[in-house]
Amino acid sequence: MRLLEYQAKSLFADYNIPIPQGLTSTDIEQGRKDAAKIGFPFVIKAQMAVGGRGKAGAIQKCHNADELELKYPEIMQKVVKGEKTRAILLEKMADIKKELYLSLFLNRSKRCYTIIASAEGGVEIESVKNQIIHEVGLGNVDTKTAEDVGKEMGLKDKALAQFIDILQKLSKITIEKEVELAEINPLAVLKDDSIVALDGKVIIDDNSMFRHDELRKFQEVSELEERAEKSGFSLVELDGNIAVVGNGAGLVMSTLDMLSDNGGKPACFLDVGGGATTDTVYEALTLISKMKKVKGILVNLYGGIVKTTTVATAFIKAYENKLIDMPVFARMSGAEADKSKEMLKGSRTKMFDTIEEAINAAVIEVNKNG
Amino acid sequence: MADLFDLLIGKEGDRDYKKKPVIVQGITGKFGSFHTQQMLAYGTNIVAGVTPGKGGQKIEGVPIYENMGEAVAATGAKISIIFVPAKFFLSAAVEALEAGIKLLIAIPEHVPIKDALTVVDLSKRKDAIVVGPNTPGIIIPGIIKIGIMPASPFKPGNIAVISRSGTLMYEVSHNLSLANFGQSICFGIGGDPINGTPLIQAFDTIRNGANIDGVVVVGEIGGDAEEMLAQHIIDTKFDKPVVAYIAGRAAPKEKRMGHAGAIIYGTYGSAESKVSMYAKANVPVAKRPAELPMLLAGKLGKGRNK
Repeated sequence: MRLLEYQAKSLFADYNIPIPQGLTSTDIEQGRKDAAKIGFPFVIKAQMAVGGRGKAGAIQKCHNADELELKYPEIMQKVVKGEKTRAILLEKMADIKKELYLSLFLNRSKRCYTIIASAEGGVEIESVKNQIIHEVGLGNVDTKTAEDVGKEMGLKDKALAQFIDILQKLSKITIEKEVELAEINPLAVLKDDSIVALDGKVIIDDNSMFRHDELRKFQEVSELEERAEKSGFSLVELDGNIAVVGNGAGLVMSTLDMLSDNGGKPACFLDVGGGATTDTVYEALTLISKMKKVKGILVNLYGGIVKTTTVATAFIKAYENKLIDMPVFARMSGAEADKSKEMLKGSRTKMFDTIEEAINAAVIEVNKNG
Repeated sequence: MADLFDLLIGKEGDRDYKKKPVIVQGITGKFGSFHTQQMLAYGTNIVAGVTPGKGGQKIEGVPIYENMGEAVAATGAKISIIFVPAKFFLSAAVEALEAGIKLLIAIPEHVPIKDALTVVDLSKRKDAIVVGPNTPGIIIPGIIKIGIMPASPFKPGNIAVISRSGTLMYEVSHNLSLANFGQSICFGIGGDPINGTPLIQAFDTIRNGANIDGVVVVGEIGGDAEEMLAQHIIDTKFDKPVVAYIAGRAAPKEKRMGHAGAIIYGTYGSAESKVSMYAKANVPVAKRPAELPMLLAGKLGKGRNK
């Protein structure tokens, strides 16, 4: 789960990491009230789970009420890299002397947490120069390590002391909230040598959510995603018109790739999990029936243990119950494939021996129907 | 480090050569009992199960114990496979490693990162091998199956398959078998960000222990395991054919594609990054799983990978 900036900052505030004064709203009426409390000038920041907001004009300075009337609705409508604005953060402008970079993240190949810091922050991590890198095991940063990192960044006196404190608090968040990434970029040194977190990016380990009820308030899942989760499926909604369903994440990703290679546009990634039964496939079709954009369904199931006839039964039931009316293009390997084909004769589900054939048929049919 | 093949097969002359005893943790669950039956049918020597509160009973003819200490003491098994729900994984794994298990196959999906890291840490101190979590397991076709994979895709032979995905491992092995490339071992790394045995370690274990003509690596987006492996192949001048597949080329950034580990941040974890590193290591990457046998045949035909 990736927290939005204002959510990450509220977590920072809980741990006494300094942040600028800010208020979050989703409509301009509330925005005007927030503006009055903060006072001009301030920064208007789109809250969306994506980097590069500044360049895209989703973060803008605001000097007076006229500008607010103009920029608030503009930023509320912004879409950056497919991500819509979900809220607006109005934030007091800071008197910046220097921008630093600081993050603590799960280093997958080293299988430990790692600090990345730099005295040259404010740009995306790929462009951050002179990175200082320290491995810190399960995430605990002792005072000595924090001090070493701060000194390497060239910090002194008041700024150094504050940096040590912030890094150790970030470490506490990482351990206690089970985060994969906690990033402050920029971490700003102000004119008076105090340090504040001007931005915040925090990714929580989804698999640890069962023991973090306090973080549930940050969870934003669509109705469909919630239902998918309850069934033990993984669902990612995409922009196209062909729903892609299969058993196993790798297999579904692979199907998505091949469909895209052949000019098809995936409407979703739906992994029903390792096994596949009549019930799971029927539930998958129920979820897809709620996506209006879907014009066809591509199914890729690796049988092995599962009999394909159990899956064929789900399709027949789905048409009988008028759950779906669009064509299904299915490839199922495994036992009783011939019998399944026989069962599906005359239905709108076409069975294919290879996924390549199923994809070709799906792309032709869906494009023909526009 | 413990030797994987010694644990799985043993040496000729061992009393239990090719019949190494295995314990199933969570044996009475729906999933655990089903796969116990499947593994027994394959010939895997399941000697004990563990389910707290059910000690003394039997399932599929296999005696059940209260805890791993008792099960290990009674059987001398060094291999265990875990089927418990993710939130109980940590305690089950710790119990197994403390009881002297040297090869732990971790099936559960959705294990928290902190728990996986804790188990990895303990396994290093105990000189044990952990495979997974979120793995389909390991199979040496014709000899031993410790996992949830169906038996039908696999045939004995001399190709090693290492995979981050379960169903793709079945699919790819099925294609290889059809093309008469049997497998010496199929090793499921697991789809999580933290692997008990990371790709590069699995690769080294296999190259040193298995009789192989070539290696097929089935990867996916997320992390940099494939990039590290490519560099490792270059650095160690590995000279047998290696071919690869990477799922997730069409996946959007910052979306978790089913597996906890399948997510791209910026360029970190992208398919392009992996493909370009493989190119440097002279490892061809198939566009479709079905292309892999062809690529492998091409590489084998040309002989050694120079």
